Amino acid sequence: MGVTEITYRQAITRAMADELAADERVIVFGEDVGAAGGVFKATEGLQERFGPQRVLDTPISEQAIVGAAIGCALRGLRPVIEIMFADFAGVCFDQLGNELAKYRYMTDGQVTLGVTVRLANGAGGGFGAQHSQSVENWFLNIPGIKIVTPATPRDAYWLLRSAIADPNPVLYLEHKNLYNSAGPLGEAEPVPIGSASVVRDGGDITLVASQQMRYRALEAADLLAARGIFAEVIDPRTMVPLDLATITASVAKTGRLICVQECSAGGSWGATLIAAVVAENLELLDAPPRLVGGDETPIPYAGELEAQWLPSAERIACAAELSVAY
Amino acid sequence: MASQSSPADPLDLVLGLRFFEQMLRTRNLEDEVQRLFTDGLVRGTTHLCQGQEAVSVGVCGALSPGDTMTCTYRGHGAVLAMGAPPDQVFGEIMGKANGLCGGKGGSMHLTDVRIGAYGSFAIVGAHLPISVGLAFASRYLDSDSVSACFFGDGATNIGAFHEALNLASLWKVPAVFVCENNLYGEYSPQPLTTPIERLADRAAAYAMPGVVVDGNDVFAVHETACEAIARARSGLGPTLIEALTYRQVGHSRSDPAKYRPEGELEQWLARDPILLLEHALLEQGVAAADLEVRRRAIAEEVTEALERAKSWSAPALESRLENVWA
Repeated sequence: MGVTEITYRQAITRAMADELAADERVIVFGEDVGAAGGVFKATEGLQERFGPQRVLDTPISEQAIVGAAIGCALRGLRPVIEIMFADFAGVCFDQLGNELAKYRYMTDGQVTLGVTVRLANGAGGGFGAQHSQSVENWFLNIPGIKIVTPATPRDAYWLLRSAIADPNPVLYLEHKNLYNSAGPLGEAEPVPIGSASVVRDGGDITLVASQQMRYRALEAADLLAARGIFAEVIDPRTMVPLDLATITASVAKTGRLICVQECSAGGSWGATLIAAVVAENLELLDAPPRLVGGDETPIPYAGELEAQWLPSAERIACAAELSVAY
Repeated sequence: MASQSSPADPLDLVLGLRFFEQMLRTRNLEDEVQRLFTDGLVRGTTHLCQGQEAVSVGVCGALSPGDTMTCTYRGHGAVLAMGAPPDQVFGEIMGKANGLCGGKGGSMHLTDVRIGAYGSFAIVGAHLPISVGLAFASRYLDSDSVSACFFGDGATNIGAFHEALNLASLWKVPAVFVCENNLYGEYSPQPLTTPIERLADRAAAYAMPGVVVDGNDVFAVHETACEAIARARSGLGPTLIEALTYRQVGHSRSDPAKYRPEGELEQWLARDPILLLEHALLEQGVAAADLEVRRRAIAEEVTEALERAKSWSAPALESRLENVWA
């Protein structure tokens, strides 16, 4: 009997449904998430099943959505809110960065903010500069928010359940280009927040990549294998807290590190990771770590331009070859 | 029309004497805070509510146990009116270990969840959406509690105000929005920043009642708040109250308020809320000696609270790493 596969989108919907079914404190709200089932159809069927008291549509009011979720969490609810395109985090940056992230600390632990914020991340779909960004980087410098970036249906399902169960604020970033990808759910294998996954074993070089770039890195690993270079591919799965131990263990084996990311270099997770490895484990490195990312430009619209902006498997493979030849 | 009232029966006298003590407590405490500043015992900045005490005392006096309150960085009065211990308020303002927030919040973030004081917020307007969430959760949890939210006139020009009132009215949540119109947004008089005179008019855009009240008449504030709270509690939805009052001091400790037209302060000092209440109580037959005894008792209480707070130690250095995460 074959393993049952579900899509990344279905995994997200199922995780919310299972949490809604398990815990009365869980509620879901955001723009079009109720009657319409979500702009990305990730909440389809939830309002029918759990009712409009628990799955609610809101106005286009991102500040009100995040603020209301904070208020709900203060009274012990477990709100799961959708901000639709992740780029809209800019509209409610204060609520996320100044209120949600700091409230517990400023009150010295008087409040607990179990809020899950779902955002649709990522480029490659021709949505242009304001609907394509990977926004995890905007929040890396704000202590107090966990950041989750699943790439597979299994990780999407379990990490969303972990996020909803977590008493801390969690930004749950789902990649737009992965909604239709399919894979096994892994019923009995929960994925905790903060654990990276070694996706492919290899001894020559470590490629760290998340979400859409995880698949590009795997393609690159195939190209490299044909050229006699065996890459290990690691998906961090969680950006905050980052599982540095798993990545460092891989670098200890390979001596080489490449971070592949869907964003430019400045202030990015890849740059932060490289800084950490260099500062703490320089002796493990046989070559300078490299960052493969987007150009230092907004994300362009035209298919040819966007494809050029995004790291390709060939670009990743070239960077790996340079590193091995160093 | 601003509603006016005066204490008329013995029950109101009991209430009046309580209001008298509460307003004096805030006034005395803030007089001390000003002195502490001069003595270098308060860091950063602080925002006093001198002259506005009747608003927080009148509204909080209308709340019941279990109700919640959120306020602004000018929140000493509101947090005290909810019943926060003055020594812990002093302690927080001086950054002591036993302060309300363990010295992590400071003057602008006084919070005491034990008594429903869910926080003082230092980003203008940011807490309005949070107060909507508190109110939503109250209804979701079948509790009859009401969410009261204080903010200044300046906040009615920020996006979060409009998003919050819109959502609150749409969801008909049990919230009461209290605008403390003290005539100035930071250093700018209202006509310079706002094209309408009566801020309560903004309620009409959100299909909720907008009520104007004399914010220096504690009984009028109390009566207006009682009506709005009863309305919210019975499921009829939110109310916007505009309490007309005056900030007798500058925006923050560094502001001498030289922009005030000549004679304005004197005019408002003659309508000082504590003075007005004192006159009303004397008219109703309360003995001047009785008021004097209470005045001295409150002064003593505040002095003792201050001495106690001064004797407390600074927070342990390790505590800075605590309560980022739950």
